[in-house]
Amino acid sequence: MRLLRYIAKRLLHLIPVLLGVTALVFVISHAIPGDPARMMAGQKASREAVENLRRSMGLDRPLHEQYLRYMWGLLHGDLGRSVRSQRPVAEDLKDFFPATLELTLASMSLCLVVGLPLGILSAVRRNRPVDHASRVFSVCGVSMPVFWLGLMLLLLFYRNLQWLPGSGRLDVGLDPPASVTGLYLVDALLEGNGPVFFNALSHIILPAFCLSYVYLAVITRIVRSSMIAVMEQDYVTTARANGLAEAVVILKHCLKNSLIPTVTIAGLSVGELLGGAILTETIFDWPGMGKYVVDSVNFLDFPAIMGFTLVVSLSYVFINLTVDVIYAFLNPQIRY
Amino acid sequence: MDTDLLRIQDLSVRFFTYQGVVRALEGVWLSVRRGEILGLVGETGCGKSVLARSILRLIADPPGKISGGRILFKGRDLLALPMKEMRRIRGNDISMIFQEPMTSLNPVFTVGNQMEEVVRLHQKVSRKAARRICVEMLTQVRMPDAEAVLRKYPHELSGGMRQRVMIALELSCRPDLLIADEPTTALDVTVQAQVLHILSDLTRARETSVLFITHDLGVVAHLCDRVAVMYAGKIVETAPVEALFQSPRHPYTRGLLAAVPSLDEDREFLASIPGVVPGLIDPPGGCRFHPRCDGAGEPCRRMEPAGVEVGEDHWVFCHGIR
Repeated sequence: MRLLRYIAKRLLHLIPVLLGVTALVFVISHAIPGDPARMMAGQKASREAVENLRRSMGLDRPLHEQYLRYMWGLLHGDLGRSVRSQRPVAEDLKDFFPATLELTLASMSLCLVVGLPLGILSAVRRNRPVDHASRVFSVCGVSMPVFWLGLMLLLLFYRNLQWLPGSGRLDVGLDPPASVTGLYLVDALLEGNGPVFFNALSHIILPAFCLSYVYLAVITRIVRSSMIAVMEQDYVTTARANGLAEAVVILKHCLKNSLIPTVTIAGLSVGELLGGAILTETIFDWPGMGKYVVDSVNFLDFPAIMGFTLVVSLSYVFINLTVDVIYAFLNPQIRY
Repeated sequence: MDTDLLRIQDLSVRFFTYQGVVRALEGVWLSVRRGEILGLVGETGCGKSVLARSILRLIADPPGKISGGRILFKGRDLLALPMKEMRRIRGNDISMIFQEPMTSLNPVFTVGNQMEEVVRLHQKVSRKAARRICVEMLTQVRMPDAEAVLRKYPHELSGGMRQRVMIALELSCRPDLLIADEPTTALDVTVQAQVLHILSDLTRARETSVLFITHDLGVVAHLCDRVAVMYAGKIVETAPVEALFQSPRHPYTRGLLAAVPSLDEDREFLASIPGVVPGLIDPPGGCRFHPRCDGAGEPCRRMEPAGVEVGEDHWVFCHGIR
């Protein structure tokens, strides 16, 4: 019950956060040099046409008035209309967000499925070959720039080995599964459509790995170091002294304690993955929000930029809230 | 029947560190008899805890290594057992209580979860039966409202309560030997007395042997049947508790007893043994105590002293004893 009250309180924090974020982004995006009305009307349009357009878009108004008008719309669930696509921004986001979300979730799963065991293994076999190998793997992860890694992955697995597709979410000619969640993998499973599922899976492997590698490396290291710290605790010796098998000692008594710092990092990573997939999406031609926002910035499409920012900052708030709730389950000393 | 439950023979333990090889234990001989409480005293760093951990093979390797000797428990050499057998003994036949009650229970699991886990592991009983055993054990350590305690997390209990939980946990499988590594050092004096009473009452009633490690001679006099004195990784004297307090023979033991302040005397300074405990990377040759010993002669520098029986069950390792 107290947890519910805590969640409600945290959700109220959304209001100031969103006010701050929208105001900042609004000011910054309008400070970008360039003229959206001119962009939209085209290079050859007459000055008069451009002025008319500016007036109809409300761009001739003072900045604070534009902001208030935007916020008023937002209160009514209206994110504005994209200058570029001429569609409501909300519609655009509905199309692009699931792709990014799917990529993020796939990357995060990869981080956890690979990072957790690898970190645990390195801690248990500290300073042995496995640990050294995982250290090299991690250093590569944090030091390789995403754009370079992406190109190398494409070169190797797409061009040379021809094992995996290099762009998009599905092969051309395949119909996407009926949209329930917007995540192709999930939707294909719900539909029981094997070919589409495996095709989507083959498409997501390269971008997901490319996107996740840095975070995977970080999570591996965090798990390793927090496991090592926990393994030196007295209660671990107690567990051993009571005859518990080594697997129980490590996977029950050590792991739960060492998950606390790991969850913090994983939570932050999810946020960064959502908002930071821009390079990866561009390289792998992934039709997600990252690509959408880059195109929007190039077009000075203010409503689209604002919409993207809102989605990302909302996600951040929710992820942090989730992390805090998970803490309470991991650590009984944390009570809200 | 063999009166010795545990017999440690010529045990040596080394730690391989960057500074060099630490000879933490060197040729230790010690036995614990059935039903007795044996006190093991010595200064901090003399190897008491290493000895305790060696018995359960809890020395972290690396950096530690049991480099020689045997540990016979009911005639079986623990050091030669496969790990699987060893785990069956840990917490079941031999269990151990540590110094720090604040950190020896896992903070993220309830007391009940941790106790039941051990009970079910060794006794193969249902969850419900395990719960009953735990409640029974907690009641025996005089824990009020045992059911509620089982649902609590360690941080919700005081230090004394946690140490009682540890006692309940470690005695729940009716071990033959309980190793208590300074179980009351971290507690307030009043709580200390209470925990000691519970510990001795329970182990006496169940005829559990106890290896009680401490640096508190008062506790030893009060609690133990026999005492072993340790100095720099070696046992220097073992004796029944009265004999040790009335006629200590090893110069180190005498120094220790002289250093205990008493309320009747009016001393300006606390007595101490001159010199410092030697480092164990390059310990003094011969008798390890000779650099601090008033009566040290030529043989003390060259040879390790052999044991001499100076009274009934009273052994001293010193060249000065003839």
